[in-house]
Amino acid sequence: MDVVSLSRWQFAITTVYHFLFVPVTLGLTLFLALLETCYVTTNRSHWKDSCRKLIKFFGNIFLINFAMGVVTGIVQEFHFGMNWSEYSRFMGDIFGAPLAMEALTAFFLESTFLGIWVFGWDKLPEKLHCACIWLVAIGSNLSSFWILVANSFMQHPVGYSIENGRAVMTDFTALITNPYVIGELSHTIFSGIATAGFLLLVICAWKIARDYASRNAFMKILKGVSIYLFIGIMGTMGTGHMHTQYLAEAQPMKLSSMEALWETENPAPFAVVADINQDARKNDMEIKIPGMFSFMLYNKPEGAVQGINQLQKAAEAQYGPGNYTPDVSGLFWSFRLMIACGSAMAGIAFIFGGISFVKPELLVRFKCLLAAMPLLLPLPFLANSAGWFIAEAGRQPWIVVGLQKTADAVSPNLTPGNVLLTMTGFTLIYLILAVAAFYAACRVIRTTTVQSADQERGNL
Amino acid sequence: MDYNVLWFILIAVLFTGFFFLEGFDYGVGILLPFISGREKDRSQVISSIAPVWDGNEVWMITAGGALFAAFPHVYATMFSTFYIALFLMLMALILRGAAFELRHHHESLLWQQTWDKAIFIGSALPALLWGVAMTDLLIGLPISKDMIYKGAFLDLLSPASVVGGIAFVSLFTFHGANFLALKLEKDRLHLTIQKLGLMGGKIAFISLALLTLLIHQKVNLALHPITVVLFLLALVSLLLGYLSMKHRNELRAFILTGLSIVCISAGFFSALFPRLMVSSLNPDWSLTIRNAASTEYTLSIMTIAALCLVPVVLIYQGWTYWVFRHRIKAGQDHANY
Repeated sequence: MDVVSLSRWQFAITTVYHFLFVPVTLGLTLFLALLETCYVTTNRSHWKDSCRKLIKFFGNIFLINFAMGVVTGIVQEFHFGMNWSEYSRFMGDIFGAPLAMEALTAFFLESTFLGIWVFGWDKLPEKLHCACIWLVAIGSNLSSFWILVANSFMQHPVGYSIENGRAVMTDFTALITNPYVIGELSHTIFSGIATAGFLLLVICAWKIARDYASRNAFMKILKGVSIYLFIGIMGTMGTGHMHTQYLAEAQPMKLSSMEALWETENPAPFAVVADINQDARKNDMEIKIPGMFSFMLYNKPEGAVQGINQLQKAAEAQYGPGNYTPDVSGLFWSFRLMIACGSAMAGIAFIFGGISFVKPELLVRFKCLLAAMPLLLPLPFLANSAGWFIAEAGRQPWIVVGLQKTADAVSPNLTPGNVLLTMTGFTLIYLILAVAAFYAACRVIRTTTVQSADQERGNL
Repeated sequence: MDYNVLWFILIAVLFTGFFFLEGFDYGVGILLPFISGREKDRSQVISSIAPVWDGNEVWMITAGGALFAAFPHVYATMFSTFYIALFLMLMALILRGAAFELRHHHESLLWQQTWDKAIFIGSALPALLWGVAMTDLLIGLPISKDMIYKGAFLDLLSPASVVGGIAFVSLFTFHGANFLALKLEKDRLHLTIQKLGLMGGKIAFISLALLTLLIHQKVNLALHPITVVLFLLALVSLLLGYLSMKHRNELRAFILTGLSIVCISAGFFSALFPRLMVSSLNPDWSLTIRNAASTEYTLSIMTIAALCLVPVVLIYQGWTYWVFRHRIKAGQDHANY
């Protein structure tokens, strides 16, 4: 393999790994902040006590996850200069600013106040301590804003001009109000809530089934968790839908590739499954719902959607000869994987939410099912990874759509051997840490007992 | 003063702040395996930096981000030049960050000692590499006209840069020892800390003096009188810091080692100015605050952001140190969280 493919693999491995932890961080800080607000404001003493224990329990899981996210985040920042130096030269005037802003506004905030939050339980007044976790939550979500501002420019460049062969910023306001940011940011934040909510639900289910002493506390919080998860999933679906409609104007090539629509059609059908033949630039077989794709985009069963082949011709006319078609089957199947995982999560959230509101005691009768819930934990993580695959593979062959090709962005002084070495090193350390972190998190979940106050009284 | 000069200064300040703050927590990490074999002592040592190390590391991330925003060519050239070195540094930092979090989740000797080793490597290696890198930036690297590094990984190691690396490691160790002496309750650990710290101080003094001479061979320091003054000042404060530690005046010793770190960092940047990376092939090919910078528009926006945000960050980071200002008692560690 050459330096370009190896560097792409390396970046993909780091990004996907990093984004296993990031959504959990985004959603879990927010949940902890809400929970601690309950803790601070409640007057019911028996609930207050178990609430604090729950915060510390989920806090420990959060901290393991946060550490993993932080250490891999640094790798990402460094990759831009290490592997993609020509990109950094070409784009630095625009891309560097949001990265620096992210560090200044978000990283300092979350790292500093997290330190105080973890070690300051006995050193600060309750309300001030609660304010710290809110600042961590704001910091984490703010950091996703800045990094998505940077990413949105790569997808949909705005507020720039080209001077002496470099992209330069001409309008900072346009950069941060890029309409692409709204879709990406809202989708990311809601999927963070959904991911964390699902993780919380799985943990609650397992604790209810397997840890008799903690059952009451986790039963108590299950309603809240279900609502949180439900909001997350509904938000993710809504924003995803909105963003996909927006793609019709912003990135038609990505959109049509997601649906494997090779020829322009009106109304355009939605292919449920397809046997995609990228070389012949057509589908060998497909099962489709007529007019559905147009309906999803325009809210009515008509409207033309441009096909990949037409878009390819238009791109050739605009940018010169070359292949402007991304990996269609990868995008097509990732999209379906994402939707399937999301729908499954929605169903689970609905069932759990319903039962915990209507008849919570029913849950205890299905202990085996509850204890098996961890098997479903990969769902949100698969959906997140598939989503980022669509976002990033869908803009290929460009690194910045219309401005720079991925192949022109790598560092010229690297050899394939260099990149192979670092890629192997990073992958190995990621694997080792994943095992260690998973082991530590499982230990926390297994060994921590959260007794609620009324239960303790009962024991006396 | 124009934006380019301002951003050179800001980046110098960020790196100096990073060396000062992360300097002592790298130092604590380096000392960790040598202070005591007892788990109780080790977790006490770690808890001295546990609430603050992550915030300190952000100084480096911010310095990197600022470099990217203000001088993208330097970011591109520097990071691709130090490719393997940065790979090693990242591996070390990944291990270090994970270790702080994971080590207390399982009470087994093997588990904890493995993570302690990770903390040691994760602290010593970045310290070494930063020393090598700072020296390399100043004495020059084979950078071509189109700002691309033409050497190999091993070309980054010269006698001067290796001594630079040793100087950083020993200086940070000394700094870390002073910090620990300030933070821990005065008990039997203090004797060990003092012994180790003084050893670090001695090595730091010698290697720093040697480094100044080696740099002088490559770069005519007579042309940079400010740098010479700063390096001398660093040596003097190092000497005074050594004496203060010997007389058990911990606060004064800590301030003095901090001062010497600030002087060294400022010394490097003052010798570099107005360059950020020196080309050994042709002085005209060096990356400077002019040919490597972003546009004035970007710099003006970043200036506003930095001037508004940096003071706020300083205030709340300062507040953290205020909250955790008390000495750590034995047995008071992460397990109590």
